[in-house]
Amino acid sequence: MDRLESSSSDLDRPSIDEYLAADSVQCSPKKLHLRDLIDISPALTEAAGSIIDDSFTRCFKSNPPERWNWNVYLFPLWCLGAVIRYGILFPVRVAVLAAGWIFFFSAFFPVHFLLTGHDKWRRKIQRKLVEMMCSIFVASWTGVVKYHGPRPSMRPQQVFVANHTSMIDFIILEQMTAFAVIMQKHPGWVGFIQKSILESVGCIWFNRTESKDREIVARKLREHTQGADNNPLLIFPEGTCVNNQYTVMFKKGAFELGCAVCPVAIKYNKVFVDAFWNSKKQSFTMHLVRLMTSWAVVCDVWYLEPQYLRPGETPIEFAERVRDMIAVRAGLKKVPWDGYLKYYRPSPKLTERKQQNFAESVLQRLEEK
Amino acid sequence: MGNTSSMLTQYDIEEVQQHCNHAFSQQEIVSLYHRFCQLDRNSCGFISGDEFLSVPEFAVNPLSQRLLRMLDGLNFKEFVAFLSAFSSRTTLQQKIEFIFKVYDLDCNGKVTFNDILSVLRDLTGSFMTEQQRQKVLIHVLEEAGYTKDSSLVLSDFLKILGHSDLKMEVEVPID
Repeated sequence: MDRLESSSSDLDRPSIDEYLAADSVQCSPKKLHLRDLIDISPALTEAAGSIIDDSFTRCFKSNPPERWNWNVYLFPLWCLGAVIRYGILFPVRVAVLAAGWIFFFSAFFPVHFLLTGHDKWRRKIQRKLVEMMCSIFVASWTGVVKYHGPRPSMRPQQVFVANHTSMIDFIILEQMTAFAVIMQKHPGWVGFIQKSILESVGCIWFNRTESKDREIVARKLREHTQGADNNPLLIFPEGTCVNNQYTVMFKKGAFELGCAVCPVAIKYNKVFVDAFWNSKKQSFTMHLVRLMTSWAVVCDVWYLEPQYLRPGETPIEFAERVRDMIAVRAGLKKVPWDGYLKYYRPSPKLTERKQQNFAESVLQRLEEK
Repeated sequence: MGNTSSMLTQYDIEEVQQHCNHAFSQQEIVSLYHRFCQLDRNSCGFISGDEFLSVPEFAVNPLSQRLLRMLDGLNFKEFVAFLSAFSSRTTLQQKIEFIFKVYDLDCNGKVTFNDILSVLRDLTGSFMTEQQRQKVLIHVLEEAGYTKDSSLVLSDFLKILGHSDLKMEVEVPID
């Protein structure tokens, strides 16, 4: 909780104050009566409203695919489909994935250790290998990905930002271009891959809960964008997976690097499977199994036009502008919440803001005697 | 497949409906049940205070701590009964009774000067001094014909709030 109070994160929340402030009190400057003071219905209504439905948890609700198999006539068909998906597709996909890994490792580690003298070559081969491995991953869930817009090129002074639904976002983008990504540190086999392989394409890891990591990451980011032959940088500024129907607040870090921001919008089609990774309920392995037992993962990726900080624009306004673009392109609804509220409580400042409004209206109306 | 609505039978729904005096339609109760299960993350049959506070919009409400004392550990039936005060089918009197209960946390049927003061404290925080709050409260109490020492009962609340245009309705989204 205290970490949220650090000076940098105060500036991190843009529109939320305006969003929350106006509703709880309607201040009409008339004389104050007992009934006005006792009537706490606006605050109660608001509280009940948030209990019944709130815009934050809606962002992280996984949506089960449309159910259609409970019709007697369709049920055998569905069963047949399930047998094919689990009995044939899944083993084949596992085999493809395993073969891919074997090939990858038998190529990657020799290159990694033997070509130490030829840095340029080593990097190039490793880059290609990572791209290949990601293509195999995409193939393992029969990824039907449509890319729109010009493919990213390797240039200094640019950073790509995308909306975030699952770790597979990264795989889908990586198979086209070897991005260096900023990611949360993961445990288990994902963590092993992060440390051993993805480091070679310049990925940067951090731990959400470590406030010290923030500064280190900010410094590394700056250094990375300056290097001419570094892989393009990819950031998921939401900082957490959202269910691809909403978009939560963008963290401003990517927008104050002083370089071109290239928005990437990713929209999944839920026709076969919901690609949202609910990391609190499911491990990444189980998430992959779910994808691999579905017919296909269908998605659209749009590379949008690079944006620059306009004169007089703050990084926060810039971030909101880019979020608008992505939200419009991918058809996402915007909510003003910080995605990290999944892990922290909201700052008491928001409550204080409401209290201030109420107190001011009381004091003001008292003077109107 | 996780079809949670099938876990509520017609009987269950009717029982809940009766418990909340038919403040909600059957569909609304199914919706509320989905919501209840969603908030009850570790599915133990009630929503803990911590789980309520994980809803940021609730957590930032100045009255959240006070409401938590009423909400903590409610099962689904009680949860619906709690929310029934916010239904459009509930009478004004029932809504006022609910507000009274929010003030009367010790449930002795009386709301004292200190009870109102503590709600006012929740609502204004550090933006009014204790003296200001007391002054305001004494002022409006006396204007309405009460004193600092008088304790208000439900009928007083009905009299005070009965003629105001109390809007306390929340719509349950039905999917």
